[in-house]
Amino acid sequence: MRIVISLVAGALFGLGLIISGMTNTKKVQGWLDIFGEWDPTLAFVMGGAILPMAVAWKATRVRTPLRADKFPAVNTAGIDRDLIIGSVFFGVGWGLAGLCPGPAIASLSFGGSSGVLFASAMIIGMLSTRRLQAFFRKAENITKTIS
Amino acid sequence: MPMDWIYGLVGGVLIGCAGAVLLLGNGRVMGASGLIFGMFKTTDRRIWAENLAFVSALFFVPMLFVQPLNIAPTHASENVIVLAIAGLAVGFGTRLANGCTSGHGVCGISRFSLRGIAATMAYILAGAISVVLFKHFLGLI
Repeated sequence: MRIVISLVAGALFGLGLIISGMTNTKKVQGWLDIFGEWDPTLAFVMGGAILPMAVAWKATRVRTPLRADKFPAVNTAGIDRDLIIGSVFFGVGWGLAGLCPGPAIASLSFGGSSGVLFASAMIIGMLSTRRLQAFFRKAENITKTIS
Repeated sequence: MPMDWIYGLVGGVLIGCAGAVLLLGNGRVMGASGLIFGMFKTTDRRIWAENLAFVSALFFVPMLFVQPLNIAPTHASENVIVLAIAGLAVGFGTRLANGCTSGHGVCGISRFSLRGIAATMAYILAGAISVVLFKHFLGLI
């Protein structure tokens, strides 16, 4: 049953992404392009998605999940360095290519070699996060020692 | 097109419903980056199978509907270096921040999570600066 729920969620997510135009990199970059021909579509997508999700979060207060014991706990880490630095890296790549992880997979079947290359690089980036983190820490320590 | 915001809204509601199904059904937060990364973690076989199911549906359903719904092409860059650097930055950044547009944006903001709101502000700001820099100054995109 949990597998079926995952399939339904993935299907709805994929449909929503292509219908909303979020697999079109021009629309995503258009939203970020505040000095060009600004495209507000992404704000409507975000707003439309937040509505049902807000109702769902409300419902988590009075019931339990259909096929689990409890709902996910709030991450208590607070706003830390990794959150902000990671999001900045993500944002730079997002602006550069106009793709984020969901649309990268949703458009993989019709995005040609560009889509395959982006998705492959994204997965390599995900899998080498620990190593890259260690590399940046080392670089930071060296600059600290030098200065 | 002037009708684009309606498609955006309808698609957005579908995305939100997807998140609601996964949350109320399986008690999990729908974060695309986490679910994709989860396909490479085999410590918990059951969770691994769920992640695979989600990502498979995310891949195959658009493949089936892209023609009947007359969906626009991706218009992605064809510059190999741009794609490789952008992909690496998105992959690394979303793992370091533990979330992307769906996890921090859609699921975080709707929960009034400070982490989600801060992350969303950071990646939108960085994305806007990135477009200004790479498009208007360097002409790469």
